[in-house]
Amino acid sequence: MKKMTWFLELAATVAVALALIPGGTPLLAVSAGDKPASGATVKIDNFSFGPADVSVPVGTTVTWTNNDDVPHVVASDDKIFKSKALDTDDHFSFTFNKPGTYAYYCAIHPKMTAKVVVH
Amino acid sequence: MADFIRDNINKDGIDRRGFLQCMAWAGTGVLYTMHGGILKSLPLAQGAMGGDQMSKMKGADFSFIQISDSHIGFSKEANPDVTATLQVAVDRINSTAAQPDFLLHTGDISQLSKPSEFDTAEQVLKSAKAGNIFYVPGEHDVLTDDGQQYLDRFGKGTKGKGWYSFDHKGAHFIGLVNVLDLKAGGLGSLGSSQLEWLADDVKQLKTSTPIVVFAHIPLWTVYPEWGWGTDDSQQALGYLKRFGSVSVLNGHIHQIMQKVEGNITFHTALSTAFPQPAPGTAPSPGPMKVPADQLRNVLGISHVNFVQGSHSLAIVDSPLAQP
Repeated sequence: MKKMTWFLELAATVAVALALIPGGTPLLAVSAGDKPASGATVKIDNFSFGPADVSVPVGTTVTWTNNDDVPHVVASDDKIFKSKALDTDDHFSFTFNKPGTYAYYCAIHPKMTAKVVVH
Repeated sequence: MADFIRDNINKDGIDRRGFLQCMAWAGTGVLYTMHGGILKSLPLAQGAMGGDQMSKMKGADFSFIQISDSHIGFSKEANPDVTATLQVAVDRINSTAAQPDFLLHTGDISQLSKPSEFDTAEQVLKSAKAGNIFYVPGEHDVLTDDGQQYLDRFGKGTKGKGWYSFDHKGAHFIGLVNVLDLKAGGLGSLGSSQLEWLADDVKQLKTSTPIVVFAHIPLWTVYPEWGWGTDDSQQALGYLKRFGSVSVLNGHIHQIMQKVEGNITFHTALSTAFPQPAPGTAPSPGPMKVPADQLRNVLGISHVNFVQGSHSLAIVDSPLAQP
């Protein structure tokens, strides 16, 4: 049991290290004593955002990754953020510095809708 | 997920049997003829027209070809060489016995609105032996600068964000743009400026004038769950109801579908790049992968023959595959 706990702690540390890398490019890095994790990811699969509802604390950077064979554009309903056209495997990140509910959609496939709640 | 075939929630008259027939024909070509507002469909032997079909094409005042969804720049498994299949489409146009008066390209010329993609498309299409090429944009063509690059290349002299009309041998052609300013949760959109322009554009026309409308996203509700429709198309079609013959040609869904509603005939064309699944038959409308030797059976172009006076319009959808 103790061994398992140790493993989980290591896994958590690695996850924190991964989440800390800005710009959405995952690099394996060892970090200690940095600020806590502040990343969340949304995947685009089969013309939908997953998860469709993301709830994060202020200061979180959300990164979208397009796994589809067609391009998508991540755009907020209120024009607060908008990605360029994301081709397959492209990323887009936005850091949410104010609390609120941010509804967004795909600007070229507007049936695709989702939201980020920042608290 | 809703099953549109079973529920027919849109009252669009597509039942399962008719739909499957339509899909079966996609591989063999379809001849559509319209007489007095009644559309008749005949499956065609691949690449060959029988005497009966040929007789339907005779006496046409003119013909043109619809080409759609070239997606130059796409390189995934469904079709790793979309430039080659566009070239085959042009070869088929050039081998048509009666040279068409012009081409209509109903959008998604490119995959990502890249200058190099537009360059390649223009390079291939300019070898087509067919007068002018008239374009409307697909959503893939307006990914940068709100479509300014598209306008600079393909929309010179158009109104607003790329809509326009022209007359040809007595028929009135209207190119509409329904891929810009899309609202969250919505479908394709024409917008109030374009609708005002359309109302004004057709105001002076006689009701006997044949009307051909072309736009990228279908102007009838094919399958809203996949965004296959246009929010304000009913308003646009309302301006056209008084005309005796209205043909609406769309792309976007990469498969043949047709419907008749009063004097309005709707038709969607095949892509020259890759097929897409029938509504509701896949998790999403993404590119449909087919065996390489089948691909050219499900890509194609549409020949449209216009017969004045008899209210007769014939559309032949031809696959790229050689007979």
